Amino acid sequence: MATTADQFQGHVADHGHDHGHDHPGFFARWFMSTNHKDIGTMYLIFAIIAGIIGGAFSGMMRVELAEPGIQYLDTFARWFGAENPDFTATLHTWNVLITAHGLIMVFFMVMPAIIGGFGNWFVPIMIGAPDMAFPRMNNISFWLTVAGFVSLLCSAFVPGGTGLGAGTGWTVYAPLSTYGSPGPAVDFGIFALHLSGAGSIMGAINFITTIFNMRAPGMTLHKMPLFVWSVLVTAFLLLLSLPVLAAAITMLLTDRNFGTTFFDPAGGGDPVLYQHLFWFFGHPEVYIMILPGFGIISQIISTFAKKPVFGYLGMAYAMVAIGVVGFIVWAHHMYSTGLSVNTKMYFTAATMVIAVPTGVKIFSWIATMWGGSMEFRSPMIWAIGFIFLFTVGGVTGVVLANGGIDDNMHDTYYVVAHFHYVLSLGAVTALFAGFYYWFPKMSGKMHSEFLSYVHFAVFFVGVNMIFFPMHFLGMQGMPRRYPDYPEAFTYWNHIATIGYMVMAASLVVWFVNIAYAFLAGRKAEDNYWGEGATTLEWTLTSPPPFHQFETLPVIEEAVHH
Amino acid sequence: MISGHIARSPRLLGKACIFSAAGLLAAPALAQDEGSYTPMTPTEGVGMPTPGGIGFQDQYSPLGEYALKIHNYALMPIITIITLFVLALLIWVVVRYNRRANPVASKTSHNTAIEVVWTILPVFILLGIAVPSIDLIAKQYKPAPKEALTIKVTGNQWFWTYGYPDNGEFEVISNMLNIPGQPVINNGVREVGSEAWDGPSHLEVDNRLVVPAGEPIRLQITAADVIHSFAVPSLWFKLDAVPGRINEKVLFVEKPGVYYGQCSELCGAKHGYMPIALEALPREKYNQWVLTHPGAVIDGREEPAATAPAGEGETVPADMPEDAATEVAA
Repeated sequence: MATTADQFQGHVADHGHDHGHDHPGFFARWFMSTNHKDIGTMYLIFAIIAGIIGGAFSGMMRVELAEPGIQYLDTFARWFGAENPDFTATLHTWNVLITAHGLIMVFFMVMPAIIGGFGNWFVPIMIGAPDMAFPRMNNISFWLTVAGFVSLLCSAFVPGGTGLGAGTGWTVYAPLSTYGSPGPAVDFGIFALHLSGAGSIMGAINFITTIFNMRAPGMTLHKMPLFVWSVLVTAFLLLLSLPVLAAAITMLLTDRNFGTTFFDPAGGGDPVLYQHLFWFFGHPEVYIMILPGFGIISQIISTFAKKPVFGYLGMAYAMVAIGVVGFIVWAHHMYSTGLSVNTKMYFTAATMVIAVPTGVKIFSWIATMWGGSMEFRSPMIWAIGFIFLFTVGGVTGVVLANGGIDDNMHDTYYVVAHFHYVLSLGAVTALFAGFYYWFPKMSGKMHSEFLSYVHFAVFFVGVNMIFFPMHFLGMQGMPRRYPDYPEAFTYWNHIATIGYMVMAASLVVWFVNIAYAFLAGRKAEDNYWGEGATTLEWTLTSPPPFHQFETLPVIEEAVHH
Repeated sequence: MISGHIARSPRLLGKACIFSAAGLLAAPALAQDEGSYTPMTPTEGVGMPTPGGIGFQDQYSPLGEYALKIHNYALMPIITIITLFVLALLIWVVVRYNRRANPVASKTSHNTAIEVVWTILPVFILLGIAVPSIDLIAKQYKPAPKEALTIKVTGNQWFWTYGYPDNGEFEVISNMLNIPGQPVINNGVREVGSEAWDGPSHLEVDNRLVVPAGEPIRLQITAADVIHSFAVPSLWFKLDAVPGRINEKVLFVEKPGVYYGQCSELCGAKHGYMPIALEALPREKYNQWVLTHPGAVIDGREEPAATAPAGEGETVPADMPEDAATEVAA
């Protein structure tokens, strides 16, 4: 990056004075916040809470899947408030679990953490801005996300057709989600998406405006850190795709409640139309979840290799390319719906194109490390783990891209393995990398590097034990979204459940590490990663002042380019 | 002119046969044979998952074998090599370019040549994948020959129905067999394992989808309520059952056997309990199975069924008035 830390140290000293007079009281600070760092912190705490709930749901799923037959679902149905559930209501609880797990992890864990949390915290700082462009809208974005989450949780306790809760899958396919699920649960779920979607659209507007208008003097677009680039591309994806989701789920709502038949063939509608609309949003959505992760990984690798990112422009425009192509590949989620032959061929070819910019990113990260003087601090370990895990998830994506091959893999555990390798092991690994990278900056306290390594090692083993066997299950033909299975699938399901417990143990280590940092952690220096950390957040104190850059920093041309 | 065309079209002859059988004197000649059927005992490891299995199920259709070849000999080696290549590069940079081995970092941040190479090279790899992949899709979409048997598959919450329009329009309702020790899933249906020919639990049904082996079959798939998906992994077959739509695809089972699959689109509470059990029989045995159903008609096709009912079917439309045949065609 073309900035150097030294010239800002003078400003930092000036900021020291505002610690005292500018702090609002507790309620005003946390409930009426307009400060991007406080809102970012709230997003991160919210994402951790949502992640614990969504992760607990996946634990309930894995324990049920440990062996064939139905063992625990009846108990779970009672937890949601069902009194003496019959077998159908018990099975319905399974669908509620998979639906809630998917929606929570996508909309209330990954997105709030990676965009709302790290994006809010570090985009303004990295471009030398005092705050986001619309600080109050930033506040609304956060609380709408919380409101959406509450609405989603409410849905679990009200009737949703064959049992309590919305059991439609996170994709909410019509007509299972319309006349297939009477009762208010699905309406609550749709409302949750409306609220959090509105929050995300406002967040996207905020990021785009901030990045285009509030860059410090000299911070040209082509000097922006790659994390800022990644959030910029992500914000455009959100802005262009979420309204399509909003339209689709509004049509669901009117189909459900007001007698329209957008997706009901009995009135001339078409269920497949919903899938087109959903995936027109849904495919960009998966890049929304991973692109900021790409940005985080680029920052970390450059920092710990003590080298500028290799092929900076290629990296930035690879993300732009992924974003653009991400909009024209949606029907690869629909290969089995009965597409025409030409459509299927087109989407096969278009989908494979995405592998090219993704490959550019993988190779550029390795080239950044090449010739470097690498230090394997905790974020770097996670970043290297990310590259490998994301590669595994990426290449299975190339397999699934082939429409004719996908005929056998669609809706099997192979798909589950694929998207968890890019999300649960990709995006989440990037999140942990970012967490260890920036946690001392945000909190002012150093975490334990040793516990971070333990966390990584146990997590790495655990998630691979969960998800790698799912490739085998999928190829053998085990369908997704099944609470029960033939004996033949027992072995790998059992391994996956053990893997879940290993992964869960790693999260305990993580929480212990956070507690350690707050209770006994050393005070973090301004730039605790040393010479490789060159972006603007390392010029500030840890934690940064309540308001930074009241005098805008000036970014000068670096000596080398 | 029109009638000549009709006479040469075996499929229309078949339709005409149904027309006459249903609407006129019925088929006393056909009814003489009561038919016979004993469900086939599935072979372990054929048409079903194997315990601890790590690859695809063995394939029993030509396109399944082709797809499996593409996966096993093109895709799988390519993705394995790429993953190992990335892993090797990572290990190399970790060993070679750590702080101890390389105290001073280089400042290299561009190399146009290598950037072009790692952009262009994947393009060629992907082109190499795309050629057989697109070819596979083209083959999968080749429509069934006109004279092919049509079977209608309907997804319901939570069972399948199989209609045989070419064999007298009877319909088979297929429910999963109940599992011993588990709550009853389908009332009035027996438990799996209570008959000698039962296959694995969760996969076996009371009435299988019986099809002739060794000939293309036109499957027309739809749904009565929500979306389901008709899938048989060992035949590389999956097509959604969408209400309001009829999806069509050719099924070709190379040899007799029982092939299992499961509903593959979330369809509500008992999504996991509506498996597909497909039993492919030699043509004569299939005809015998057809004849066990009331009102059954054996399709009047010339090929490949050389059995007696086929010959009779051919004679029926010859007796029909010409405009009646035209009506059928319309």
